[in-house]
Amino acid sequence: MTAATYEGTAAAPPAWRNLLRWETGLVVVLVAVLLYGQQSSANFFTTTNIFFIGLNMGEIAIMALPLTLIVIVGEIDLSVASMLGLSSTMMGYFYAHHWPIALCMLGVLAIGLAGGALNGWLVTGLGLPSIAVTIGTLALYRGLAEIFLKDQSVSWASVKLTHIGTKPVSGTELSWATLIFLVLALVYGVVLHATAVGRSMYAIGLQSEAARFAGIRVKRIKFQLFVLSGLVCSFAGILWTLRFATSRYDAGTGLELNVVAIVLFGGVSIFGGKGSIFGVLLAVVIFGCLQTALTLQNVDAQVQNVVTGGLLLLSVIIPSGAEAWRRLKTRLGTRT
Amino acid sequence: MTVLADRPAAAVPRVGRGQALLRARELGICLAIILVFGLTTLKNSGFAGVLSVEQLLTGSALIALLAVGETMVIVTRNVDLSVGSVLGLSAYLVGDFFKHNPHAPILLGFVIGIGIGALVGAVNGVVTTFFRVPSLVVTLAALYIVRGILAVIVNGRRIESDSIPDAFQKIGYENVPGIDRLPWLAVLVIVVVAIAAYTMKSFRWARDIYAIGSNPEAAALAGLPVARRVFTAFVISGALAGLGGALFLAEFATVDNTGGTGYELLVVSAVVVGGVAIFGGSGTAFGAALGAVLLNMINQALGALGVSSFWTNAVAGGLLLLAIAFDRWVGLRVARSLRTGRGAPA
Repeated sequence: MTAATYEGTAAAPPAWRNLLRWETGLVVVLVAVLLYGQQSSANFFTTTNIFFIGLNMGEIAIMALPLTLIVIVGEIDLSVASMLGLSSTMMGYFYAHHWPIALCMLGVLAIGLAGGALNGWLVTGLGLPSIAVTIGTLALYRGLAEIFLKDQSVSWASVKLTHIGTKPVSGTELSWATLIFLVLALVYGVVLHATAVGRSMYAIGLQSEAARFAGIRVKRIKFQLFVLSGLVCSFAGILWTLRFATSRYDAGTGLELNVVAIVLFGGVSIFGGKGSIFGVLLAVVIFGCLQTALTLQNVDAQVQNVVTGGLLLLSVIIPSGAEAWRRLKTRLGTRT
Repeated sequence: MTVLADRPAAAVPRVGRGQALLRARELGICLAIILVFGLTTLKNSGFAGVLSVEQLLTGSALIALLAVGETMVIVTRNVDLSVGSVLGLSAYLVGDFFKHNPHAPILLGFVIGIGIGALVGAVNGVVTTFFRVPSLVVTLAALYIVRGILAVIVNGRRIESDSIPDAFQKIGYENVPGIDRLPWLAVLVIVVVAIAAYTMKSFRWARDIYAIGSNPEAAALAGLPVARRVFTAFVISGALAGLGGALFLAEFATVDNTGGTGYELLVVSAVVVGGVAIFGGSGTAFGAALGAVLLNMINQALGALGVSSFWTNAVAGGLLLLAIAFDRWVGLRVARSLRTGRGAPA
């Protein structure tokens, strides 16, 4: 009884309240962004614009889902955008070698699996830090793409399937990428928040050692998450290729910033063990609206990165802010 | 005091072996450089000329310079991903300064570059240490924020070579008089590497950096000013990237908003290949500079063999992964041998 009361009063509410507070904050930010968007252009709340927001965010949003899980278990994957680029490149490379389109896609997904497995093996098999590993594969995968396509590009303009990248799902105003993201988000949400595997991910992120002693297969789960990330990023690469109807080695360069920013802005703790798919979903919508509003105001893409980078900084600074402030006060206090 | 006395005693054999390993690492890189050089020369006899030595020195100078600062940061168990953007920002602003002040002393150009870099480094350092957030996230954000600010400043313009003083440009392409094929650029970088190597070996505050990287909690408990040292490392990394920007401008003489794009990957790779442990706590500036030379050597060799000039990123990434995997393997072996070694006399 006492244990239960203790758990009920002291342990559970703060965590729950913190989570609520962050996501409440996101809703407020979302409203602000929507108001700003409405002010920036009269066309902001049109179905066409909503369609384009979904289109622009599609790949980034889809890649943010596996990264959410990876950050929750206390790791990071910086190679996401390079994997997208490598996938787009290889799809073009296969296509230029007259592979049938279905085979091109399967080949690309296989590359995603292999790339993810390499990340996963280096992190869990060799016990290397995921930061270093994925900085390495960030360079490696982009470099491989560069080797295969050099400075050439492969056009997909004659392929009918590229409609998936540019036309809405028939009967709706949603892009295919948006629909896929929503379905995936639902699946990820259920897995993370309503299954034993999901709960064990939080356990791993909070205390990997304790989780291991509790019988959770830490290494296996981490490995699988990296494989999943590789697979999903190569899928995003396919969508990207269909959207732009072209394959180039530099596809999606620098998108890791947006993906990491969305995950952390969505309230996932960089230290692991904390975060929700709902928060990430809100962050996706906020980033999408903000990006479109800025584009409507003719803000240059590189300047938009300042905003993205700033939001990324804020999302790690704010949770540590109170703590840092207290430290500062104690330090000033002890000095006087 | 007793606590302090205990630690070195227990660590003596380990330090000895660790240093032996490091020495082997730098020797190993030298051997690798010679091996690549020899094999390429066998295939393409034109490769062994003095020209390629000059190209090698010039080509790896900037990365080696940035690698020195990055070494300090990585030794503290942090990482600085913003160096490429800082280099670009500094290069453009120094160029812009000369454009408006054509008769300014060239030394001022370097001071401005270093100042800009140190400023960004200080911001990185403050955010990282004050809020205690991972430097990976902070400097990833800085990488894009600095590049974005640069885009606003540049606004589509570019600095042409005719607005850069001749004396300044000469640092970038002229050789030291009397010595054949030794560019000033390389001399400058070698001096910086030598100073950094000496500093990191001999000065107390620099030794603190190694202690912090080996075990941040223990370093804090031992009374080391962890935050201040990490901050210093970031400032030095930024300052050297700023200096790199000035040298970039001197070398290429024209600059827009893309200078140094993607350098961070090459720099981190050079540092890790050069034997600086990604877990922090060990590695030398000299090794990191050698790592930069090796990366450049491999790319030059691939070029000379007519393979392709598109291999830079793949080589950097592949070598980085090989290096950390190798270090891990050696580390596990050393740990095993230490265990068995300690077990025997007891």
